[in-house]
Amino acid sequence: MSLAQRILQGEIRAAARLMRDVDDGIASATRELKELYPHTGKAYIIGVTGPPGAGKSTLTDKLIETYRSQGKTVAVVAVDPTSPFSGGAILGDRIRMNRHATDEGVFIRSLGTRGHLGGLSNSANDIIHIFDAMGWDVILVETVGVGQDEVEIVRTAHTSVVVMVPGLGDEIQAIKAGILEIGDVFTVNKADRPDADRTARELETMIAMVMRPESDWTPPVVKSVAQKVEGVADLVARIDDHHRYLVNSGKMHQHEKFYSAQRFADLLKERLFAEVHQCLSDNGRLSETVDAIARRELDPYTAVETILDDALQCAMRKNRLT
Amino acid sequence: MNERRLRILVAKPGLDGHDRGAKIVARAFRDAGFEVIYTGLRQTPEQIVNTAIQEDVDAVSLSILSGAHNTLFPRVIDLLRQKGAEDMPVFGGGIIPDDDIPGLKQAGVDEIFTPGASTEDIIAWVKQNVHPRA
Ligand SMILES: Nc1nc2c(ncn2[C@@H]2O[C@H](COP(=O)(O)OP(=O)(O)O)[C@@H](O)[C@H]2O)c(=O)[nH]1
Ligand SMILES: [Mg+2]
Repeated sequence: MSLAQRILQGEIRAAARLMRDVDDGIASATRELKELYPHTGKAYIIGVTGPPGAGKSTLTDKLIETYRSQGKTVAVVAVDPTSPFSGGAILGDRIRMNRHATDEGVFIRSLGTRGHLGGLSNSANDIIHIFDAMGWDVILVETVGVGQDEVEIVRTAHTSVVVMVPGLGDEIQAIKAGILEIGDVFTVNKADRPDADRTARELETMIAMVMRPESDWTPPVVKSVAQKVEGVADLVARIDDHHRYLVNSGKMHQHEKFYSAQRFADLLKERLFAEVHQCLSDNGRLSETVDAIARRELDPYTAVETILDDALQCAMRKNRLT
Repeated sequence: MNERRLRILVAKPGLDGHDRGAKIVARAFRDAGFEVIYTGLRQTPEQIVNTAIQEDVDAVSLSILSGAHNTLFPRVIDLLRQKGAEDMPVFGGGIIPDDDIPGLKQAGVDEIFTPGASTEDIIAWVKQNVHPRA
């Protein structure tokens, strides 16, 4: 039986294994993903993003609890940074959620960024597909939380929750990180600290400023104390509102199309570059060209133009053979 | 890119509240290029084994200071076996009397590091004995 078939029957170890293969870039994983893809498109995907230490993992733990109490099954994808120096990582998001490790209705998977920028790992979308095909009702995705350029979550998740904390300087931070544009729902977590009300009000003002006039969803701002489960019910209610809004406005369809377009473009880019690059280095033209550019005998723009045609044909020939 | 990276679960079973040792090991593993899944304090053997399986790790490293090593190690190994993951190496360290080591190895623990062992020793052992599961 293929890994994909075992996964469709709900086998945890098979899913865990395929996730590993995807993460490690093992070629056979693509075959399994192809088999799984028709079974995807059912899960509700919720992104949890925001600066490091804001309480994303703690909040995710409480979201797991809430959705479980509603009888839903919950999968979690938790991304932490990979060290650029060693290539290793300490994936520690589970510290806040591991009480759910023995609940059969919960499956948590930790991922390192492995050099990928954008808040997720290169493998995250495929891993979400695996969970989706397996039939998990809700998929929670905790991003790295470096605060900058965490834009990928917007196209992956149906609802993106941005977790902020009270305090001065947030306004500038938020605008810099473009974080205002990525949230469908905001929470000012650590609301047990001073200034939570003010931060919430400031956020509301800033959201009003960046909202596009044609938009008919105003991202709500709630306050939470994740450790004490305060405000979590409110947060979940706002996530539900957003879900309903997507369905009723037809935006759910739009989201799927947007996501598919992006995903297709990403795969195409990745594959095309890999194939072309491989061909060029195999036939020696890569080093030839680079040398010529370095000697200023050839400019890089002309080099790309002239090489493209040749390289594409080479990639096509190769694919027909394999 | 298409290369197996070692994934290791560093877990801290038992009721004692110190994870200094486990954190030192976790950092050393990260600096050696391993991907470490770290679960924090007071994990039950059931939580550890389910985590190991969900995370598809290549080995489980347990740090035990509470004196309960003679029950916790065999319990983890037994549960791994029940879940069909008996091939997953289990090693660990902590305050473990020399007299207990043969019994633990008998029970299926692959290696025990006593407090004298350096992180270099542990990493060298891992590189030698733990391989990405095919
Ligand atoms: N005071 C306070 N601390 C919190 C709250 N939520 C989380 N924390 C703490 O903030 C720290 C970072 O939390 P974590 O969930 O790991 O943040 P992440 O890095 O965003 O995932 C931990 O020590 C939490 O216990 C909260 O609402 N109030
Ligand atoms: Mg976290």
